[in-house]
Amino acid sequence: MAKKAQKPSKLDRNRPTSMPLLDVRDLTVEFATRRGTVTAVKNINLTLAKGETLGIVGESGSGKSVTSYAVMRILDRAGSIAEGSVVFSGLDLRTAPESDMRDLRGREMSMIFQSPRLALNPIRKVGHQIEDVLLQHAQVDSDAVSERAIEVLEQVRIARPRERYHAYPFELSGGMCQRVVIALALACRPQLLIADEPTTGLDVTTQKAVMDLVVELTRERGMSTILITHDLGLAAAYCDRVVVMEKGHIVETAQSSAIFKKPEHAYTRKLMRATPRPGVTLRDLLPEGESARPKAVAKTAEAKAPAKKVKGVETPLLVIEKLVKEYPRQGGAASLAKIFAPKPAVQPDMFRAVDGISFTIARGESVGLVGESGCGKSTTSMMVMRLIDKSDGLIMFDGEDIGAIPARSFARLPLRKRIQMVFQDPTDSLNPRFTAARAIADPLLQLGGIPRDEVRGRCEALATQVGLPLNLLDRFPHQMSGGQKARVGIARAIALNPDLIILDEPTAALDVSVQAVVLNLLQDLKDSLGMSYLFVSHDLNVVSMLCDRVIVMQTGKIVEQGPTEQVMVAPQASYTRDLLAAIPHPPL
Amino acid sequence: MLRMIAKRMVLIIPNLIGVVIVTFLLTRALPGDPAAYFAGPAADKQAIEQIRVKLGLDKPLIVQFGRYVNDLVHGDLGNSLSTGQPVVTEIKNRLPASAELTLFGLILSMVIAVPLGILAAVKQGSWIDHTCRVVATAGVSLPVFFTGLLLVYVFYFELGWSPAPLGRLDAFATAPAQITGFYLIDSVLTGKLETFRASLSQLLLPGFTLGIFSLAPIARMTRASMLAVLASEFVRTARASGLDNRTVIITYAFRNAMLPVITTLGMVFSFLLGANVLVEKVFAWPGIGSYAVEALITSDFAPVQGFVLTMAVLYVVLNLIIDILYGVIDPRVRLDG
Repeated sequence: MAKKAQKPSKLDRNRPTSMPLLDVRDLTVEFATRRGTVTAVKNINLTLAKGETLGIVGESGSGKSVTSYAVMRILDRAGSIAEGSVVFSGLDLRTAPESDMRDLRGREMSMIFQSPRLALNPIRKVGHQIEDVLLQHAQVDSDAVSERAIEVLEQVRIARPRERYHAYPFELSGGMCQRVVIALALACRPQLLIADEPTTGLDVTTQKAVMDLVVELTRERGMSTILITHDLGLAAAYCDRVVVMEKGHIVETAQSSAIFKKPEHAYTRKLMRATPRPGVTLRDLLPEGESARPKAVAKTAEAKAPAKKVKGVETPLLVIEKLVKEYPRQGGAASLAKIFAPKPAVQPDMFRAVDGISFTIARGESVGLVGESGCGKSTTSMMVMRLIDKSDGLIMFDGEDIGAIPARSFARLPLRKRIQMVFQDPTDSLNPRFTAARAIADPLLQLGGIPRDEVRGRCEALATQVGLPLNLLDRFPHQMSGGQKARVGIARAIALNPDLIILDEPTAALDVSVQAVVLNLLQDLKDSLGMSYLFVSHDLNVVSMLCDRVIVMQTGKIVEQGPTEQVMVAPQASYTRDLLAAIPHPPL
Repeated sequence: MLRMIAKRMVLIIPNLIGVVIVTFLLTRALPGDPAAYFAGPAADKQAIEQIRVKLGLDKPLIVQFGRYVNDLVHGDLGNSLSTGQPVVTEIKNRLPASAELTLFGLILSMVIAVPLGILAAVKQGSWIDHTCRVVATAGVSLPVFFTGLLLVYVFYFELGWSPAPLGRLDAFATAPAQITGFYLIDSVLTGKLETFRASLSQLLLPGFTLGIFSLAPIARMTRASMLAVLASEFVRTARASGLDNRTVIITYAFRNAMLPVITTLGMVFSFLLGANVLVEKVFAWPGIGSYAVEALITSDFAPVQGFVLTMAVLYVVLNLIIDILYGVIDPRVRLDG
C-alpha cells in the first residue's frame, strides 16, 4: 500500500465560523427490501456548529442511526440517500466520490459505536488497529507510528498504554474497549465525532467515565459532536441541543436546558415521562391517561390474590446465608490433558464470584439486586434459580434446603415449578421456532401436568393476564415487537403460578416507553398473584420503583441493603453513593 | 502457544489408541475369508485350515490383537498376502504419490476458490457471484472420473498438449532420488529440472480433476464466511475509519473469515486423500487409494488395516495442524488451549 503524502485538504478549515460545520437538508434515506422501498428517515434537517454538541434522541426504529450512517455514507448496500443534501465544511458529501469520502472518514469525521467489543477486530492487537488508521491517513511516518499509537492510547486514559498496545480486544474490559474505539476515532483529530449509543451496555460508572472523557477531549480540541442515544437524560446532561426523532422524522429540536422544562411535542413528553428518575412512581412513567391498571389484570387479581395470602407469613420465602460461589481462576483445562500431564496439576487458585452473602426475601416482597457487571449478581440469581451449584452456604426456599439439591436433579422436582425466571433478552430467550403459544405452553407441558387439550385455554388466559393480544399467540418471535416478546417471556414465567420469580434485567433491551409498560405489568402481576420478585439490575432508578428493598453488591459482597427509600435517599456505603452519582442527571 | 501445542499432542495419544483398536476390529468384521481366498478355489477344507493356522487366524481375537499391536510397535504392519510385500514399504511408496496429487489438487482449487469466494461475497449479487455459484455447482456435480476422462480426451487425445495419463512419470524419465517422496519437490532439491517438468505435466490433469471437484466446498464456505464477517460491526468501524478497501477486506474481513475456511480445507483434504481412487484409476496413478481398494477386494487384511491406520493417523495429525493454525490466526483460541 503506497502511503500518500498528506494531501492538501479539500476542506477549508479557516472558513468563517458562522457557517455550520455540518448542514443536513431534507435528508431522506431509503432501503430497498424484498417488499419494496422502505423510507427509513424523511426530510431530516440538522445543523451542527463548530464546537457544538448535538444529541439525537429516539427509540429503536426512529432512524437516528440511519441518519448518522447517511452522513458518513456508510449505509448498507441496500440503503441510499434518496433526497436532500449533506454538506460538511462546504463539501457536498452526497455527490463526493468514494475516494474523497474515504479520506474524510477517520480524518475529518469519525464515529464510535455501541458494543465496543464488537466494534474492534477481535484478532488484531488494538495498537495495530490504531496504526492502521494513522497510516491510512498518513498522519505519521511508518517508523514513528507505534509511538504515536501509544500516545493516542495514553490520551484516552488507558493505564499502561505500552502494554495495552499489544492487547487483543478480548483481553480488555468493555469500558477499556470503548476507550480504544474512542482512541481510534480521535487518532487523526477529526472535526466531527458521531457517537452512536457509545455507552449502551456499559455500567453507569463506566458510562460516566467514558462520556466525561469524550466531552473533555472534544471540548479541548474544539470538535463538534453528535451524540445518538435512546437516553434522554444522557443527551440532556451532555449536549447543547437535543433533536428528538420518532419513526424517521424529527419531531422536536430544542436547547437541552429547555427540553426537560418545556417539552413541546407529545412524543417528547411521552419519552420524558417514561424515563425512570428519582422521585416518581411506576404509574408516573405511563403516558397521560393510561395510568389506570389494565382491566384484564385487575379482573384476575381479585380471583387469585386470596389463595396465596393464606400461607404462613412467619418464615421468609427465601433465606440466603453466607452463600459462596468459587470458580477456578484458570480456565478448566481438558481433563484428559490433566491425566497425561507429567505432574499432578497444581490446585488452581479460586476466584470468589459470590463471597459469603446473606439476605432474605419475604412472601410477596420484591427485592432488587443491584451492582455493576462482574459483581456477582447474575451468579447469585443462577444459584437461587438452581441452575448452578453453590460452593458453600445455604439456600432455603420455603423452609427447604434447596441449595443441597444438585442443580441437575432440581429440574425434575416439583419445586422447580415454584421458582421461575424472566430473562434479559426477550428475543434470545425465546426459541425462534416456537410460536408464542408454544413458548408459553412449554412449562405447562413439561411440569404442569394438565391435560393437553386444556393447554391452549391456559395459554390464552395467561396471554390475557400479561396483556398480550390473543391473535399474536400463533406468531413466531421474529414477528413480534420487543415489548410483545417480553410479555411472552413473562407469561411463560408465571404459567405455573410460581412463588418466586427471578427477573434478570427484564427491561434492559427495551425502549423506555416499552420498559415503562412492562415494569407496570410486573407490578400489577405481583399485586394480583402475590409472588415474590428478585429483581436483578444495574439500573438503580428502575429497581427503586419496583422494589421494596434493595441489595447493593460489589465484587461478590453485599455492601449495603435496606428499604428502597433509605438506600436511594440516604445511602450508607460510598459505593452506593458512587452508583447514584454516576446516573446522568438532566439539567432540571 | 507452545503449551497449547504440547497439550494437543498429549490429547492425540488416546485418539491413536482408539484408532488402532477400531482399525483392528473393523477389518475383522469385514466379510470374506482370507484363508479361503488364498487357498484358491480348488483347495479343500484341510488346505484352507492349514493356511488359516499359518496366518494365525485360528487364534482368539485378543491374541491376534496382541500380536498386531506388538508388530505395530516394531513398525511392522504385516505383509500383503497378494503381493507378498511388507505393507509398510508399499504404503511408504504409494502415500507420497497420493499426497502429492491431493495437495496439488487442493492448492490449485484453493488458488481459484478462495479469491472467487471473496469476490463473490464482496460483490454479492454481481456476475462474479453468479459465476462462482455456477462453477462451484458444476464442479461438484460432475463425477471425478467423468471430469478426468473429459480432460484426458480434450488435452491428451484431441489437443495432444498433455502426456499420456500413465502414472507419475512417463516411461523415459527416471524418478528423482527419494527425499520427501514428492516428485516435484525432490526434483527441485536434486536440481533435475527436466524431471520436474515431466512430473508436473503428469500431475496437471489429475490435479485439475481433483481441484475442480473440491472447488465447491471451499468457494462456498469462503463466500458464506466472508459475508458474515463483512456484515459485522468491526468491519463497519474499519470503514468508518476510512481504511481502504484492501485493508478492510484482507486484513480485517478475510483473516477473520479464514477459520471456517481452514476447517473446510482440512476436511476436503482428508476426504480427497482417501477417496480419489477413481482419479488414481483413470490416470494410472500409483497411489494409496487404488492399493487399498484392491486389497479390500481380495480380503487382504494387512494392507486394509495399514491403509485405514495411515488415514486415521493422517486425519489426527491434520486436525492437530488445523488446531495450531487456529491458534496462529485467532489469539482467543490460544488462551483456552
